[in-house]
Amino acid sequence: MSNNKTNGGTPLLELHDASKFFGNIVALKSVSLRLYPGEVVCLLGDNGAGKSTLIKIFAGVHQQSEGGFLVEGEDVIFDSPRDALDHGIATVYQDLAMIPLMSISRNFFLGSEPKIGFGPFKRFDHNFANRVVREELMKMGIDIRDPAQPVGTLSGGERQSVAIARAVYFGAKALILDEPTAALGVKQAGTVLRYIAQARKRNLGVVFITHNPHHAYPVGDRFTILKRGRQLGTWTKAELSREEMITMMSGGEELEKLSDEIEEYGV
Amino acid sequence: MTATTTTTDERLVERSLLTQLLNRPELGSVAGAIAVWIFFAVMAGRSFLSLGGTATYLEVAAELGILAVPVALLMIGGEFDLSVGSMIGAAGMTLTILAAHFGWPLWLAILAALGLSLIVGYLNGWLVVRTGLPSFIITLGSLFIIRGATIAITRLLTGRTQLGDVDEAAGFALAKAVFASDIAIAGVQFPISILWWVLVVAVGSYILLQTEFGNWVFGVGGSKVAARMVGVPVDRVKITLFMSTAAAAWLIAVIQAVNFTGSDTLRGELREFHAIIAVVIGGTLLTGGYGSVIGAAIGALIFGMVKQGIVLAGVDADWFQVFLGGMLLVAVLINNFIRQKAAETRR
Repeated sequence: MSNNKTNGGTPLLELHDASKFFGNIVALKSVSLRLYPGEVVCLLGDNGAGKSTLIKIFAGVHQQSEGGFLVEGEDVIFDSPRDALDHGIATVYQDLAMIPLMSISRNFFLGSEPKIGFGPFKRFDHNFANRVVREELMKMGIDIRDPAQPVGTLSGGERQSVAIARAVYFGAKALILDEPTAALGVKQAGTVLRYIAQARKRNLGVVFITHNPHHAYPVGDRFTILKRGRQLGTWTKAELSREEMITMMSGGEELEKLSDEIEEYGV
Repeated sequence: MTATTTTTDERLVERSLLTQLLNRPELGSVAGAIAVWIFFAVMAGRSFLSLGGTATYLEVAAELGILAVPVALLMIGGEFDLSVGSMIGAAGMTLTILAAHFGWPLWLAILAALGLSLIVGYLNGWLVVRTGLPSFIITLGSLFIIRGATIAITRLLTGRTQLGDVDEAAGFALAKAVFASDIAIAGVQFPISILWWVLVVAVGSYILLQTEFGNWVFGVGGSKVAARMVGVPVDRVKITLFMSTAAAAWLIAVIQAVNFTGSDTLRGELREFHAIIAVVIGGTLLTGGYGSVIGAAIGALIFGMVKQGIVLAGVDADWFQVFLGGMLLVAVLINNFIRQKAAETRR
């Protein structure tokens, strides 16, 4: 079990002994996590493991009830998602990444519109927006035909990829990806995994949340497994085989019990 | 298009000119306007085709079109405003009472009416963002509150529900020139309200398509939560939109009050629905996030052509509402079809 990566330097994000309570419900208990530039940390766990609560702390939606949260070595408390963004932490949510009826470039720059002109006559710089969108997506290896086409015409994997490209363009140092592959088919998920690897190559830190070990294992450098709000541990890829990971995530005994039960029904 | 791979070119072919056209929200309304124009050109002939006939339907279109522009923006932003019709009555009566009953200079009365409209618009928007209730319900409430208050206060102050003599207020001549004069083109008088309409459409369309605020309108209507997540001031956008619909109601009220030199407490009734019809015919989605100001203008144009065309064609004007409702249904079906086609461009 290695919570420390001998990477040198300060981690991008560091959570130590963080807990989150909602009333008398313990959503997270004593979770510690570090994210360095240029690595992918996979956050694994079944439903109800506390993954969402954890990313909402990173994203500035929630604040931890106990423990510390450091960004590049400095203690922070985020009041809003905007706060997190200003610290270079971009969160891409599974279903909120893009607005389907808007064009790709309008989506890309929503909330941070590029402008041209003077004073009250400043207008949205469509040429700039379209050019940047095409270039940025090209860097991620996505070749779009027309930045003015509605996002709704993109596939699910492409939408996630555009959202990731947007986060990278707006200076994100750390990417928090909330189940980006959950609703996708095998091939689409592959597309997104490739962009995660791309982002790592560009020296971003990525927290990749998933409940699918087959998606996590190929891109992850380190793996943190959560279960019922607690941290089972953090392992490097060398320390953990895919099979061990699966067993640990779901709780091996429970799975065996389940297969026994199913056998009883005589399937 | 910077082609990087050979596949780029191949895939470009798929996106034909037709699908590009189909992606324009106003396409259906343009086709509809042409069809309606041809229909009445045949049915009514010269009386519809003449400059004089054109002026009459453009005037009807203008007085709806001014309202339809901000209503379109608001609906793209994901909200309804059912109170705009009542607001026309309230703004008109406010300036008439102030100018004719209390003897205010007309321009001061006009400004006071604008102030009232902006306050009402702000309150509508504030209630919607604060309560989180559907704007349909909130503004249905204000529809009745505003209309009722207009009638009650007018009767309380003047003992009547109709009031004239606006032309005796100071500054009427200038107001008449700005809001209710005619411009002669080839011997035919075109009311200046048509110019106001064109201006409002130009400004509205520019704001929607070419400004940061326009992008926010699309975003807020498309997904409030997603827009807020990327830093769009969602509440401010919505409140501003409600203020703009009220301001448009004020402009129409001023044009009418000056033109008729007086107001009626019932003026503007059903206008909220006519505006929504024009906007929907123009290709704007009822659920928000998609639509067009130009389309709303064309929707208003269709409204004007049908309303006047029926009279000019010698058909009983009672049939107008039947026609209007039918057109709304057809427009919604066509728009649905077009949007599905547009979404199919890829898969």
